[in-house]
Amino acid sequence: MSQPILEVCDLCRSFGGLKAVHNLNFAVEPQTIHGLIGPNGAGKTTTFNVISGFYAPSSGKVVYQGRDVSGMKTSKLAEIGLIRTFQGTTLFQEFSVIDNVRIGCHNSARSGFFSRITGMDRAVETAALDKAHELLAFFGLSEIANEPAASLPHGHQRALGMAVALAADPKIILLDEPFTGMNPDETARMMELVRDVRRRGITVMLVEHDMKAVMGLCDVITVMNFGSRLVEGTPDAVRNDPKVIEAYLGRAIDAA
Amino acid sequence: MREDISKISKWGLGLVFLAALLVLPQVLSYSQREIAVLLVINVLLVASYRLMTLTGEWSLGHVVIMGVGAYASALFAKRLGVPVPVSMFLGASTAGLAAAVLSFPLFRMKGFYFLIGSFAAGEVIRLVWKYFSTPFGGPKGIKLIPGFPDIGPISMFEPENYYYLCLAVVSLSLFILYRIEQSRIGLTFHAIHWQDKLAESVGVGTFRYRMLAFVLASFFAGLSGALYAHYIGTINPTRFDVEEMVFVLIWAIVGGTNTFFGPIIGVVALTIINEIILRSLGFDSARPMIYGALLILSVLFLPKGLEGVVQKAGRIFKARKAPEPTVRREQNA
Ligand SMILES: Nc1ncnc2c1ncn2[C@@H]1O[C@H](COP(=O)(O)OP(=O)(O)OP(=O)(O)O)[C@@H](O)[C@H]1O
Ligand SMILES: [Mg+2]
Repeated sequence: MSQPILEVCDLCRSFGGLKAVHNLNFAVEPQTIHGLIGPNGAGKTTTFNVISGFYAPSSGKVVYQGRDVSGMKTSKLAEIGLIRTFQGTTLFQEFSVIDNVRIGCHNSARSGFFSRITGMDRAVETAALDKAHELLAFFGLSEIANEPAASLPHGHQRALGMAVALAADPKIILLDEPFTGMNPDETARMMELVRDVRRRGITVMLVEHDMKAVMGLCDVITVMNFGSRLVEGTPDAVRNDPKVIEAYLGRAIDAA
Repeated sequence: MREDISKISKWGLGLVFLAALLVLPQVLSYSQREIAVLLVINVLLVASYRLMTLTGEWSLGHVVIMGVGAYASALFAKRLGVPVPVSMFLGASTAGLAAAVLSFPLFRMKGFYFLIGSFAAGEVIRLVWKYFSTPFGGPKGIKLIPGFPDIGPISMFEPENYYYLCLAVVSLSLFILYRIEQSRIGLTFHAIHWQDKLAESVGVGTFRYRMLAFVLASFFAGLSGALYAHYIGTINPTRFDVEEMVFVLIWAIVGGTNTFFGPIIGVVALTIINEIILRSLGFDSARPMIYGALLILSVLFLPKGLEGVVQKAGRIFKARKAPEPTVRREQNA
């Protein structure tokens, strides 16, 4: 078995007395789509926040590409290819769609201060703009490249959020509920896009409540409850696990 | 094609404007020329302030930072005998350095706390000036600051000539500030303002960029302070107190901070109102009151500032000439 691209070991994060994440362990294999599910408040978003450096772990560690990155700054993690998206729609609402993605290109469009002023950064900026347009085409947003992001319908905003994240050249992308608020058609389209992302060689970690999407997409699923790992396995194994069914308290996880 | 025409008309407008700036001293009286010099210096001060506000943080220490540039340049020239043009650059750099150091405590805070923190930092700097007679001269400040050296037969003591010097320095500075704003650096400042978490998540070091904005703004504020010090010849802590800062805020707010030119329009308009109208009517001492009233009026009736009025006028003018939807915002390639 290859070395996992991402691993969390005995990860804990408390807020005051509340143990939002408690002794959590899992490993994500490269080029897989790895699901992270669990009831509301299980600690999924907190886990993402700790992995991506928004919160420091209370204890335990996060290992990325064999390197302990616990407590590393978000922007540094992004530089080395660990990118996350947000549960709520998070965009530069005041920017045009294309400028949102151009900001996403921050990593690949680095240039010195003087070349910025003198315009000698043209080469990197042209490349960034091309990449941004390519990503908009990938998500079917080309037509509205110059619209303000705030004017987009919800589904397009979620897609744009992923485009911004992909512009940052992730090796692994953490998607926090990418399908919320989407109708079944949009969800099906986005699922196909997530598969395409993986085909680009990017590892995907996915938090999602839409069980049909999770079961359809993921190679491995980690189920969390009360901050800890409850079960881990293939979609079929997880779907039929009585502990999982109990955690969801009768919520038919394979209904939909 | 249409863009070509609008480009040509833009350049044309720019040239007319430049010509007006160049002949301006010729139509002004001696004392009005002195005011014109200070106005040009204040344009740089308020334009540099806008750069700072792009990241969303409003500082109350900007005028003190201007003072850091003024004090440093004055001391380099007077105490160490550094030639004034060089000392001005060193003064501006000192202001930038001060901002770099202040970034560490100040950018732990945001919004209102940053505002208060920047005010406190400014007051500490002013206390240092007041307290240490050497080298800062205490409450009386520094007098007999060397002037800008004459260039051949051209005396820089003459307001008219110093006006041209300031015009050149400030134009170059504004050009640099404008280029910064139009580049990815400016876009990133905006991004940090609107969604710093998202910016972080794609690799933007928000602290570094906030610091960069602060340092750059402070460099140019310091430069404006240096231009001021070597013109007036005397500086003291009171010159850089919070009342002066309030004027900068009013210029920026009345002018509007959404565009590069808003704050500049603000300082020019208010200076004209102040100097030409108030002074000639003998209302000079009522300046703070009139400024306050103008601020309230503009907040109530011009939420986008004077720049909004100019834009609207421009749109109406354009709509008459060419009934076409507005072209999208220019991108830097
Ligand atoms: N910043 C915070 N301060 C205090 N408590 C927090 C904070 N963030 C999360 N929590 C708490 O930690 C627990 C886990 O929250 P988290 O958002 O990680 O859950 P989740 O699994 O993402 O839930 P959902 O499916 O509803 O998004 C919750 O009880 C939440 O109230
Ligand atoms: Mg969540």
